Amino acid sequence: MNNLVILPILIPLLAAVLLIFMNKSIKLMRAFSAISSLAAVAAAVVLVQTVFTDGIQTLYVGGWKPPFGISLVADQFASLLALTTAIIGFLTVLYSFRSIGEKRERFFYYPAVQFLLAGVSGAFLTGDLFNLFVFFEVLLMASYVLIVIGGTKIQLRESLKYIVFNIISSALFVIGVAYLYAVTGTLNMADLSVRISESGQTGLITVIAVLFLIVFGLKGGIFPLYFWMPGSYYAPPAPISALFGALLTKVGLYAITRVFTLIFTQDTAYTHQLMVWLAALTIIFGVIGSIAYWDVQKIIIYNIVTAVGVILFGIAANTPASIEGSVYYLIHDMIIKGALFMLGGTLFALTGTNNLKKMSGLIKSHPVLGWMFMISAVSLAGVPPFSGFIGKLKIAEGGFISGEFVITMLMLLSSLLVLYSVMKIFINGFWGDERKDAPAKRPVKGFIYPAAILLFLSLAIGIGTEFVAPYFHQAADTLVNPEKYIEAVLKE
Amino acid sequence: MEILMSFIVGILFTAATYLLLSKSLLRVIIGTAVLSHGVHLLLLTMGGLKKGAPPILQEGTAAYVDPLPQALILTAIVIAFGVTSFLLVMAFRAYQELKMDDMDQMRGNDQHE
Repeated sequence: MNNLVILPILIPLLAAVLLIFMNKSIKLMRAFSAISSLAAVAAAVVLVQTVFTDGIQTLYVGGWKPPFGISLVADQFASLLALTTAIIGFLTVLYSFRSIGEKRERFFYYPAVQFLLAGVSGAFLTGDLFNLFVFFEVLLMASYVLIVIGGTKIQLRESLKYIVFNIISSALFVIGVAYLYAVTGTLNMADLSVRISESGQTGLITVIAVLFLIVFGLKGGIFPLYFWMPGSYYAPPAPISALFGALLTKVGLYAITRVFTLIFTQDTAYTHQLMVWLAALTIIFGVIGSIAYWDVQKIIIYNIVTAVGVILFGIAANTPASIEGSVYYLIHDMIIKGALFMLGGTLFALTGTNNLKKMSGLIKSHPVLGWMFMISAVSLAGVPPFSGFIGKLKIAEGGFISGEFVITMLMLLSSLLVLYSVMKIFINGFWGDERKDAPAKRPVKGFIYPAAILLFLSLAIGIGTEFVAPYFHQAADTLVNPEKYIEAVLKE
Repeated sequence: MEILMSFIVGILFTAATYLLLSKSLLRVIIGTAVLSHGVHLLLLTMGGLKKGAPPILQEGTAAYVDPLPQALILTAIVIAFGVTSFLLVMAFRAYQELKMDDMDQMRGNDQHE
């Protein structure tokens, strides 16, 4: 029992409620949301450290023992993700001050951001399947508001599609919960895991497992189900895309990881093999998308798809090394996608276009921005001093151990094309002659500091791997040995 | 009884899928409503439909029906309500702005080369 576990959910939630009453004064809203986001970061840091020293923290909400009440469970994996979420949230709020515009800020932009953060942290920290659904809805509802806020034509059009897809996937989620409840009679994840390992994974449970793969695949954007992502993430302004690209798909991936390392662990020959193939196809299609476009945002969006495939492959290969690699890569990808969307947004503010063929020579006037883009590009591809390297290395190691040679090679080759796709932005946008017909420069002061902090974090994880490795190792250890999780939740 | 309910849920899912694949936006929204009805009915059915008293604590009652699925459904209903009302208002806004409700014309390729 530890009330610390609920703080990463409670702080943004309370902040969102209070922010609703402040919408007269933009300055007050800005200050308050920055302070509360910073408080959420502090709470998440304390949580990570507590889990590191004292083991998995649980909170039985209302004092009801599991499986009867809802339990919140913070193992190291969930805590690290909650911390990354809080950091991204804080930096997005900072980035929004300059870039989102007063018109949107007046219409409850900051409360919606805080609700989104509460939903995401809640989805990471919950230990109950239906509660996971509810937190999914909290974050989705906030994302509906954020994607349409401002009400431009493209936003209206794309958000309609986004909402309809998510209604369908939420319906499928409830169907999966209903089936699982009928088979096992419980919804607590730890209890589910015990019951399924006692009764053995029958064919029925494997079917439910695949249903959950479809549900979370729709949320996370894996191969045949990523079709909604390019349009939806293209529509909203940059800070909102940064928030979406860094957090939303990762919640789906987290749910896949949790469900397939904790609950459906018996019939891996079928489910995990299916995931390996889906991961391979996700990587291929993501890479095709990212090299095909000449549009900054689209390139970054398709790189999300590729990263989702890489992380999914690490989970599906199901070796301790590859799972640890996935944990690294998941957190790296949240950080670097946030940075890339922020830099892409700055580029758009600067040039007024997303089209690479209409920009060039920016390095002369904006050297800092250019080099930051360069750094994030090589970090995305996984070049050693940065955070992307260690994750991919471990995933590759685990892939070779599990005997998936072809797909591991494919994943390594994809890094090359990922690098090409982002260097294309760098070479076309920053090199060359300065354009004479460039539109009048919009001041982008204050745009790049949040991205600079994210890049610094990426560098810190890459260089200081020795310092952060124990945390990541602990996170992967709980995923590899689910009995530790079960013991922490169901202990007397 | 469960068999009969399963057939009804199946019919609701079929109708919802058909409506979701249609051209008009309003039909799509009706499809999502039918889908959520099917889902809630499925949740009720999967909890078991055995005879018992309503889950209100009374003396002298031997068996109650399962209260958990009812709580889950109640939660899912209000969530579906919120989302549906948001979607309806957004469809209205989209109709005002884009002057159409044909999903075929809402493709997103016009801003690219």
